[in-house]
Amino acid sequence: MDSHSVATTPGELVGGVDPHSHPSFLRHHFESVGQQREAASFGMWIFLLTEVMFFGGMFCAYLIFRNWYHPAFVAGSNTLDITLGTTNTAVLIGSSFTMAMAVYSAEMRRRSQLILFLTLTIVLGFAFLGIKAVEYHQKFVDHHVPGPNFSIQEFVHPSNPRAIPLSPDMAQKTQIYFSLYFAMTGMHALHMIIGISLLFFMVWRASRNAYTEGHIMPVENFGLYWHFVDIVWIFLFPLLYLISRYR
Amino acid sequence: MTEKIDPDHQEQHIVGPPVYLTIFVALLVLTAVTTGVAFIDLGVFNPIIALAIACFKASLVVLFFMHIKYSSRLLKMTVLCGLFTFMLLMTLTMTDYISRAWGMW
Amino acid sequence: MSTIISLPDQATARLPRKSFLNEEYGVKSWLLTGDHKRIAILYLVSITFFFVIGGILAGLIRMELLTPPSDLMATDTYNKVFSMHGIVMIFLFLVPSVPATIGNFLIPLMVGARDLAFPKINLLSWYLYMAGGLIIFAAMVLGGVDSGWTFTTPLSTHYLNTHVTTAAMGIFLAGFSSIFTGLNFIVTVHRMRCPGMTWFRLPLFVWSHYATSIIMILGTPVLAITLVLVALERTLDIGVFDPSKGGDPLLFQHLFWFYSHPAVYIMILPGMAVISEVISTFSRKRVFGYTAVAFSSVAIAVFGFLVWEHHMFIMGVSQYSALVFSLLTMLVAVPSAIKIFNWAMTLYRGSITFETPMLYAFGFMGLFTIGGLTGVFLATLGMDVHLTETYFIVAHFHFVMVGGMLMAYLAGIHFWWPKMTGRMYPEAISKVAAIVTFIGFIVTFFPQFLLGYLGMPRRYASYPADFQVLNVFSTAGASILGIGYLLPMLYLPWSLVYGAIAGDNPWQATGLEWQIQSPPLTVNFVEIPVMDHEAYDYEWLANKTVHEVQTVG
Repeated sequence: MDSHSVATTPGELVGGVDPHSHPSFLRHHFESVGQQREAASFGMWIFLLTEVMFFGGMFCAYLIFRNWYHPAFVAGSNTLDITLGTTNTAVLIGSSFTMAMAVYSAEMRRRSQLILFLTLTIVLGFAFLGIKAVEYHQKFVDHHVPGPNFSIQEFVHPSNPRAIPLSPDMAQKTQIYFSLYFAMTGMHALHMIIGISLLFFMVWRASRNAYTEGHIMPVENFGLYWHFVDIVWIFLFPLLYLISRYR
Repeated sequence: MTEKIDPDHQEQHIVGPPVYLTIFVALLVLTAVTTGVAFIDLGVFNPIIALAIACFKASLVVLFFMHIKYSSRLLKMTVLCGLFTFMLLMTLTMTDYISRAWGMW
Repeated sequence: MSTIISLPDQATARLPRKSFLNEEYGVKSWLLTGDHKRIAILYLVSITFFFVIGGILAGLIRMELLTPPSDLMATDTYNKVFSMHGIVMIFLFLVPSVPATIGNFLIPLMVGARDLAFPKINLLSWYLYMAGGLIIFAAMVLGGVDSGWTFTTPLSTHYLNTHVTTAAMGIFLAGFSSIFTGLNFIVTVHRMRCPGMTWFRLPLFVWSHYATSIIMILGTPVLAITLVLVALERTLDIGVFDPSKGGDPLLFQHLFWFYSHPAVYIMILPGMAVISEVISTFSRKRVFGYTAVAFSSVAIAVFGFLVWEHHMFIMGVSQYSALVFSLLTMLVAVPSAIKIFNWAMTLYRGSITFETPMLYAFGFMGLFTIGGLTGVFLATLGMDVHLTETYFIVAHFHFVMVGGMLMAYLAGIHFWWPKMTGRMYPEAISKVAAIVTFIGFIVTFFPQFLLGYLGMPRRYASYPADFQVLNVFSTAGASILGIGYLLPMLYLPWSLVYGAIAGDNPWQATGLEWQIQSPPLTVNFVEIPVMDHEAYDYEWLANKTVHEVQTVG
């Protein structure tokens, strides 16, 4: 049963006998490394729950407006480059794979392998952000950034002969689609930037053997964060890029 | 310190590269499927299938990359709690939007 | 009158030589501490500061409402005053009040741990609170916010040129402070209980804080994203809440109240936590129906997420969803009522004494019940249409928040003051303060029920002359209430120097925190205790001769 209040054995007591029988990374308010690791993991998962609810608000807004202005959302979605979007999804899934391998390397105490996989994760993360930047630039050039420069021409007089032209009223609603696009992918990108910064720090620490002597907890928990950011994109991709693509 | 660790005799179950590789390939395949299916007109089923595949991909990441399959019951309950609250936000808000006499529906 | 206070012989008693207060010296040892007890004291001081600011704003409101016309200040200024009063009191005082001060101090002690699970995150939580508080204070000083604490769109997003974004960002940071506190509590309660401390041996204080923490982590992020969207709407005009662009202002309200309703349970559950402990101790009886009270706390947390639309009944939501939410709101009253019944049954046939914490607890029982019952009035759709946005609502939430929560907070501060400081507060004047507070509260807020029912709207600086008499009563009561709150701010610091030495257990209470010295050591327990008896086990306490836990004298 999970209610283990961790029983102490005399050798592990801190503040009692033999204070140096424990690893240096064991904090003094924990009774054992196992307790510390489980607590850290649990804490990280709770933090991820808060992130779920944080993004949840935007998904709620998305759900409502997609149903209210479906034609506008279709038109908006079809202006996104599906090749770039799919590639980005593959890149991010790849970075999740390399991150999982990094955790494995830490568990197997292989320092150079750990550094390799952390670095690969950084590279793939940058690749994702780079492709995102290209997409954002394209939207800027196309006058699809909400604000004073927004142009509805593409939606009222579409260049694609198979696309259905929208009324000016509905075409204006594509601004809501693009607002949500930028807000959601922007918030996601911000989380990726934070993640990549932490990865740099972790590569530096890993080179100093911080994670390959049993203290795998930070790598594990960062992995949880990184996988979560991947999951958010797994949902963002079909919802933003794949609305009625058969036109 | 670079002692050899035997994954089968660890307290904490260590997930190995074969599992990760399998899941990675599965995720890539599912991504291709999602994109491919989007080009076929299935009417109302398009978003349903897209979301279903996304949910399945997310489950793979949660279960294997994030080790929930091998974790304690507490962590499994925690994930379910998060999902439940998220669904609460969505569904109860929708009770208003789907039953309005005015609006865009 | 009998008392259960049992102090050591004052002629020979001394404070313990070593305690968390003197084991380290210097500003850095306080500002960079990981000790949950020091962080609790940091919170106590900062929360009191913001309470005073909120109180001054309240005083300004009541002074304006002495006379029917808006003569003390311009109506725009009045809008800013009540908005800031709400923001400061809710986000900077009520939400962190018991959890961040008393909860932080006691949860590790009550579960038998040396600290919370994440001491550094605990400290970060305080810094986020201070940052958020200072940003909100800055918004106030720079000119204020007049959107109401509820930031209703499209007023807050399109029609105000005040510092809405600044205040929103301050609340954003304070919200993360709340999230980290909740996260810490949950992990501590799950993973750091001492041997023998099963879930059902925990004090009910811990159960209530556990329930509060669930709400904190699941609800607050939605507020965070809502405030971000408001900021984006104001700065970039993205249009999600703007009808002219196709957005829906009600969407803001759905997202805002999805947090803000559970937030009221974040505010009251810790107060209920205190009441469980106080009522048990001063009736010398275990809490009646321990399991029911424990599960009711969690039920309040869960059901609290299901009822938010009752704040929007007149805003244009569909009638069908309003019906659903009205029914769900009736449901959420049940666990609170269960707790009141159980506390009442705890009192029945108990050996009741009337020390100050108990006086506050009695005040809580009566005033929270009235506030809660008026909540049921408001849950019924028909009544709500008449009563919403009037002073009835203002009276309702002040009864539960001030008559309930604030009284419980004061009960807790007085109850655990000897444990936190090693000194007793002066009992005579504190009883006077409690009674003055109770009287002042009733005179201030009861007339507001009548005002609301008669139709006086809330958030108005001027009102028809017919309402003046009741408003004058209310303001008079506010001055009495102010004295009641001022007195503890004077005698509690006084007691730090001149108060009687309290000893380990002046209340002869059960609970692990009372088995160690006052104030506690930094490590809390010299040896981690082993829990071998049930919670509120007064027989165990009576039979105790030597306890396993060592204390340092």
